[in-house]
Amino acid sequence: MIGGKGKKIRTVLWQAFAVFITIFIYLIPFYFVVINSMKTKKEAGLMAISFPAEFSLTQIFENYREVLTSSKYLVLRAFKNSILLTVISVCLIILFTSLLAYIIQRRQDGLSKFLNFLILAGLIVPVSIVPTYRLLQSIHLSGTLFGLILVEVATQTSFATILFRGYFPNIPRELDEAAVIDGCGPVKLFFKIMLPLAKPVISTVIVLTALHIYNDFTNPLYFLPGSKNATIQLSIYTFYGMYESSWNLIFADVVLISIPVLILYIIFNKRIEAGMVSGAVKG
Amino acid sequence: MSAKRLKGRMYPIYFMIPALVIYIVIFIIPTFSSFFYSFTKWTLTDWDFIGWDNYKTFFSEPSLRIGLKNTLIYGFGTSFGKVVIALLLAVLLTKGLKIQGYLRTVIFFPTLLSALAVGFTFKSLMHPTTGLINTALGALGAGSIHWLTNEKIALFSVMGIDIWKGLGVATLIYITGIQSIPKDYYEAAKIDGASGGQSFRFITLPLIRTAMNSVITLSLIGGLRNFDLVYSTTGGGPGFATELMTTVTYRMFAAGLYGLSTVGNVVLFLIITAIAFPLYGYLGKKEVEM
Repeated sequence: MIGGKGKKIRTVLWQAFAVFITIFIYLIPFYFVVINSMKTKKEAGLMAISFPAEFSLTQIFENYREVLTSSKYLVLRAFKNSILLTVISVCLIILFTSLLAYIIQRRQDGLSKFLNFLILAGLIVPVSIVPTYRLLQSIHLSGTLFGLILVEVATQTSFATILFRGYFPNIPRELDEAAVIDGCGPVKLFFKIMLPLAKPVISTVIVLTALHIYNDFTNPLYFLPGSKNATIQLSIYTFYGMYESSWNLIFADVVLISIPVLILYIIFNKRIEAGMVSGAVKG
Repeated sequence: MSAKRLKGRMYPIYFMIPALVIYIVIFIIPTFSSFFYSFTKWTLTDWDFIGWDNYKTFFSEPSLRIGLKNTLIYGFGTSFGKVVIALLLAVLLTKGLKIQGYLRTVIFFPTLLSALAVGFTFKSLMHPTTGLINTALGALGAGSIHWLTNEKIALFSVMGIDIWKGLGVATLIYITGIQSIPKDYYEAAKIDGASGGQSFRFITLPLIRTAMNSVITLSLIGGLRNFDLVYSTTGGGPGFATELMTTVTYRMFAAGLYGLSTVGNVVLFLIITAIAFPLYGYLGKKEVEM
């Protein structure tokens, strides 16, 4: 091919350039956080990217142990709270929004149209803080984990419903009719036939809503304040306030709270990427 | 059995009740009642109806009003940055390079990190005296820049962090759009003698309109609603230089000024709906059928 060699060289140069740029913009910040979480307080305060002057496993262990155990196991307790919050919220979201999306998609009537609009609004409109706070107070749920769970479920309803609604057309209606003719009731139809067939979208919704809720800072800040019940994102804020000059510990905390996210990404990267795109495009 | 009755029996309305009750009670009703709250003044136990007073206070107080201006700068600025940079990245990432898997992963991963983790990392990277960014710039001969503590540039620094963090999703949406364009279009254009730039301008750009619309709306709404990244990097400071509607809402809430806090909420709601709904309509019209 004419000019094939020139083109090849150009491609190689492009790639080298891209790698070079990403090293500076992305890899160095990641590396910087990890390496500084292994240093002593004094050395981490220099904020350099050099290797620790004295690389010792004891120092690393000590840093991470201190993060987890300091101020009465604040971070460890926060992990527990966050896991509880995330697991319960995600279970409720999966159950409730799959039912909602299924009926909206299958009925396709005036009510469906109205609900589609109402659901879309949830992607756009910000949470109204004071009224929500007052409401939770009036039903004695303000400052409780359960109250926060309700808020998380409500704020994730739109996103999850849109993903489910986009998936149910893939399951042919003929299947529903055949099942009903065989004497299957609506509850059995949904739980025994629809949900098992919706497994791919269920796992997408699980991973994405879990990430959202685990990473959420704003709702816990308003609706579950106080260090006793702190969730993980809130605890890092509190932690920063207490150890402002101990950057080694702050970085260790940043690494710790990012590990669950990293694990989810390694296992589900294709699903996360596809889900985020389809959630955005269908919205 | 009539089709309609069959439909009613197969897809009963009551299936929707749990999701709708939570969604309406916890989300929709508070959204509407926030209009009422914004006209009231709260004490510990009681409230008074005070008409437009909260709005008057809000717009006459520079430390509150600035949130409005900054929110618009932040929303449009970060959105513009993501729309343009992500498009360039997406074009690069669909060229069939060997390293595109690596690039995708590296650019996408920050999207998943929490704003707090990213915020604290950059707080240290942007440290005025020992931060890595200034150290690197110093090596190139530049003076130290107070990224997050100079009133004039702090907002733009946070916007830069936001773009850094959010590029991944935008890029992926574009990539999906570009990959759905049939390859023959480019081949036909090449045979007709079109340059790479022309192919991009006349094939890629019109046909990724849908993807671009998603990127615009998603990043704009996300930018206007941002709270946690600003809160973790500057906390609205220095002074009030990086206050947004959301941080003002929080500051007033924490001070117990519930009426003023709700005004912040309502104004943000109005800005977002005033921008988002027409945007959906306008962008929807410009899409090209394939």
